[in-house]
Amino acid sequence: MDYIKAFMVGGAICVLGQILIDKTKMTSARILVLFVVIGVFLGGIGLYPRLVEFAGAGASVPLPGFGNILAKGVMQEVDRAGFIGILTGGIKAAAAGIAAAVLFSFAAALIFEPKAK
Amino acid sequence: MNMSKKEYGEMVKKASPNSRLVSNCVKAFVVGGLICTFGQVLYAMFGALGAGREMSGTLVAVSLIFLAILATGIGKYDDLAKFAGAGAGVPITGFANAVAAPAIEFKKEGYVMGVGAKMFLIAGPVIVYGTLSSMVVGLIYYFVR
Repeated sequence: MDYIKAFMVGGAICVLGQILIDKTKMTSARILVLFVVIGVFLGGIGLYPRLVEFAGAGASVPLPGFGNILAKGVMQEVDRAGFIGILTGGIKAAAAGIAAAVLFSFAAALIFEPKAK
Repeated sequence: MNMSKKEYGEMVKKASPNSRLVSNCVKAFVVGGLICTFGQVLYAMFGALGAGREMSGTLVAVSLIFLAILATGIGKYDDLAKFAGAGAGVPITGFANAVAAPAIEFKKEGYVMGVGAKMFLIAGPVIVYGTLSSMVVGLIYYFVR
């Protein structure tokens, strides 16, 4: 059941992105930015955590899930450290994802050659 | 049904953007859904190995990022993205691909201004606006909690 929920919700979020691509001609960079920002605000008001509770990876793997992590991190840091948490919480929570992407991408750039055009 | 070639052509023109949208959406749904299902499988696996909820979530993200970047390196993620559109672009794997693809492509411009700078071509804006909006949320939360 967890897998079906992950499939349905994850698929549905991707369909929203596809509709934006086909209907508005938004570039994919804009859509990624939009989805992360939406995830941050839905995380901030507590809605996205409920979707994660329901759909697991179906909600946490799409990019709004990355935004949700930022929101969760900033609120936890504000609770823990007070005002300075507003600055530190977001990036701290996103650190693993960003650092992993940087590390593996750097390694990939060392190993692989660009495709000949 | 009787219709001229011209009428038929017009009918096709009218119908095709929609049927194309539908087929794009089906592909996005299936591929995006499968990536998330795979994430759920990994999540259960890390849980079974003893990782807590938060740690499992982080490990899922890191694993998916690793696999997506490997697929980018061997040129396969590009094919998936061409087929599935947002189904490949919206999951965290699409973010990873957006970091790795320009890093590899701009290698010839050097490791500083090529790999180092171009890595953030798309990831940069995502991090910028993600961080800014997290600060807005943090500020509001600070006053209303």
